[in-house]
Amino acid sequence: MAISPFPDHPAETGPRPATTAARGSAVRLESVVKRFGDVAAVAGIDLDVANGEFFSMLGPSGSGKTTTLRMIAGFELPTSGRILLEGEDVSNKAPFERDVNTVFQDYALFPHMNVGENVAYGLVIRKVPSAERRERVADALRMVRLEGFDKRRPSQLSGGQRQRVALARALVNRPRVLLLDEPLGALDLKLREEMQIELKAIQHAVGITFIYVTHDQEEALTMSDRIAVFNLGRIEQVGSPAEVYERPATEFVAGFVGTSNLLRGEIAERVFGTAGTFTVRPEKIRMAEPGATVAADEIGVDGQIREVVYLGSDTRYHVALGAGSELVVTQQNLVTSSMEALAAEGRPTRLIWKRIHSLPISS
Amino acid sequence: MTSRSSSLPPEGIRRRSLAALYRHVPAQLLILLAPPVGWFGVVYLGSLAILLLSAFWYLNPVTSAVVHDFSLNNFRDLIEDPVNRVIIQRTVTIALAVTATDMLLAFPIAWFMARVASPRVRSLLFMGVLLPLWSNYLVRVFAWRIILAKGGPLDGLLGLAGLQGPGFSDVSTWLVFSYLWLPYMILPIYAGFERIPGSLFEASADLGGRGATTFRRVVLPLVLPAVAAGSIFTFSLTLGDYITPTLVAKNQFLGNVIYVNQGVANNVPFAATFAIVPIGIMAIYLLIARRLGAFDAL
Repeated sequence: MAISPFPDHPAETGPRPATTAARGSAVRLESVVKRFGDVAAVAGIDLDVANGEFFSMLGPSGSGKTTTLRMIAGFELPTSGRILLEGEDVSNKAPFERDVNTVFQDYALFPHMNVGENVAYGLVIRKVPSAERRERVADALRMVRLEGFDKRRPSQLSGGQRQRVALARALVNRPRVLLLDEPLGALDLKLREEMQIELKAIQHAVGITFIYVTHDQEEALTMSDRIAVFNLGRIEQVGSPAEVYERPATEFVAGFVGTSNLLRGEIAERVFGTAGTFTVRPEKIRMAEPGATVAADEIGVDGQIREVVYLGSDTRYHVALGAGSELVVTQQNLVTSSMEALAAEGRPTRLIWKRIHSLPISS
Repeated sequence: MTSRSSSLPPEGIRRRSLAALYRHVPAQLLILLAPPVGWFGVVYLGSLAILLLSAFWYLNPVTSAVVHDFSLNNFRDLIEDPVNRVIIQRTVTIALAVTATDMLLAFPIAWFMARVASPRVRSLLFMGVLLPLWSNYLVRVFAWRIILAKGGPLDGLLGLAGLQGPGFSDVSTWLVFSYLWLPYMILPIYAGFERIPGSLFEASADLGGRGATTFRRVVLPLVLPAVAAGSIFTFSLTLGDYITPTLVAKNQFLGNVIYVNQGVANNVPFAATFAIVPIGIMAIYLLIARRLGAFDAL
């Protein structure tokens, strides 16, 4: 969990985090372990996802996030531990016995059925009367903005449209929890950004708990109420996007969510006066002339600009601090031109940031 | 520039003609396809045309020489003789029975190979399926002759239960054909299962489908084309075969009749007429199979 050395600064933690107890738990994992042979894909996870929450599981590939999702869906059974769905133990139940639905990474639309039949599949199996079925399928397709597509085949749709059909097919069953396994992974950037906004709006409209697996930290930060950061089969940190970003609990989280800007060893001692590992986000740092005054609530450190990367709206500066240490600083190009930015290479500078923005982390 | 051009082959007639050919796609296709198309057109379609043509010829009743003249007598004989109808009916029934049997046997095997077995077990099973095809067809049928013979192994085994083996009969024909053509059913169905993405099974279960529902609504429609493709082999191979019935059956089958007329009775025109029967049946069968999408799976 996030170590909070500056509890007098709650503004940094963002608007949430509502306690799960108040809203009731949708999904609860208790010391869940999943082994494949000798490999522990999931090495003991405890998690509590609240009702109606947009919850993201973020991590690199092989971190156990997808396996965790598949265990909630029932495609994999846990080696040990318990999985509770609204308080009911479903650890060893089959997928068709669980009131959850999944949006698959490859969409998994049935190629021999048209869009309407795909969406109606779950309702047909549940023997929903045909009049109600038609209405619900039409509603679901309207929600994903695909009305009138019923008779098309999945092969006649674009990737984004298939994605929407998969979403409609899952949501039409009104599950307690919707599981999404990197659903936007196969889409191009523009479409992905559109779908992020749309997914969030749909989740808001239906009020169903979403559990969203992604390796894209920006996606997780944009959409989630809370994020669990996975690494090597364990959860490194759970928190709101602001908490995870502003107060990374571990070195891994600091590096995976955003740019890793670590100060440790000799440099940490020089700057902070104590040993340990500290992190500061690149956009929190201000670049000033050498010898500029540092206020009482600020930290200043001198260095030399080693490299300048022009990114359009921002410029990224790599500043060497000596003793092999380096900090990345991003500055918005408010008045700076690219020429000015690039000309800064090699110059000495003083980096200044607010004391509250550099946090000690456990490594 | 000089260093670049030096990496090309020297300018000459060979290079220029190859470059011209590279630009001229129809000429490429002509060179590539002329031999197989020529073979197919002359040898295969040509002989088929002669077969169809000779079906309308007839034998001179006195000299037994083939008269190259148009007549529908063969077709009248074929239809009017009740024995022929019985033979056609018997052959088609056995072909359908063999196809159905191989479907039932191949389905679980193909399923296991494609979706359950580890890669090691899968290659062992592949060996097992393909191995019989490495040995001579005649040898395998003769082996069945020994198995089925009176007092043979099958009789002995069934005798323990107080039963009697089928001997040489229609049942034994069905047994031997089912054995012979099983690999041709397993392989397409295996490929059909292989082509279904695993996530479809999960999606069906996720949406509430139990095993039987998933099988009926997702698996079966998706492998049906592959099953139809396999059935083309089992059905057509049974329809035309004359060696197996000769060796393990007492009754006559389509293939026997053609063989006997052509080779023994020397009535080639009537053999040709009879040969049109399986061609016609296969044409109907293929039309049905196409409707089921069998050719998408091949």
